[in-house]
Amino acid sequence: MTGSGITTSGVGIAMVGGPVGGARSATPTGPLTAPVETERPSGDDDVRPDRPWLVIVWNDPINLMSYVTYVFQKLFGYSREKATRLMLDVHHKGRAIVSSGPRERAELDVMRLHEHCLWATLEQAQ
Amino acid sequence: MIGRRRFRRDRHGRFNTGLGADERELLKALPLQARGLLEARDPSAARVFPVAYPQEAKAESEYREMMGAHLLHRHQDALDTLTMTVDAPSLDEEEIHEWLDALEVLRLVLGTQLDVIEDEIVVEESDPHAAQVAVYRYLSMLQGEIVDSLAATLPKGEAGGGGGDPP
Repeated sequence: MTGSGITTSGVGIAMVGGPVGGARSATPTGPLTAPVETERPSGDDDVRPDRPWLVIVWNDPINLMSYVTYVFQKLFGYSREKATRLMLDVHHKGRAIVSSGPRERAELDVMRLHEHCLWATLEQAQ
Repeated sequence: MIGRRRFRRDRHGRFNTGLGADERELLKALPLQARGLLEARDPSAARVFPVAYPQEAKAESEYREMMGAHLLHRHQDALDTLTMTVDAPSLDEEEIHEWLDALEVLRLVLGTQLDVIEDEIVVEESDPHAAQVAVYRYLSMLQGEIVDSLAATLPKGEAGGGGGDPP
């Protein structure tokens, strides 16, 4: 497949019907657990800002395995071996924790992963 | 399969392209269509704007407010660069990264439209989506070539890098 057989006539990316989004269209649900910065009600033991925030990357069959590995290496400076191990965790287990830390830094990591179109979320460690 | 390896970095830090005429035509047409879908926030572009806080509606809304336009502009720029440089014999480092980004966006949109749920998609030639599947596979091959080339330019070991603590 080196160009032969590729034509533009009639080949577009117009909508082709069928379900879109799939499992990706999950709507936000559940209680708010964001740390409250001021006027925290006394006795609120739900909020423990010391717990680290986890950056989770979820499996997406569209993403190339080599691309996911490359993005982990590029963004986090991980070795090829470590990036490959994380990619395989995403691929086989459906998700992997790729970094963790204070909320601001975890959110920055999620932003950078989103810039590369990877399906990343963050949540506070239990 | 391919006479000369493409996207190889030369000693001036440039990456050769060497695309065929039909490939160039395709790569001029697709970004324009994808751009429209992104701008319209078409459902097929949902993967380009991922959810950061699936369990926290307020945090997600704030995140989206902060990141939505940034992501749109970033990917628009990448798609425009692909269209504008597709005839160039070689790319600089910034351009090849934008190609990588544009190809990722194109594959996500097309893959969403085709409802790709497995790594390998098998279609009969008579399938009405066969042409789109062929384009999807072509884009995958092209992105794979660029990833392999860029991965070869990364430092071998554990670099400092940014980001949070490793797990």
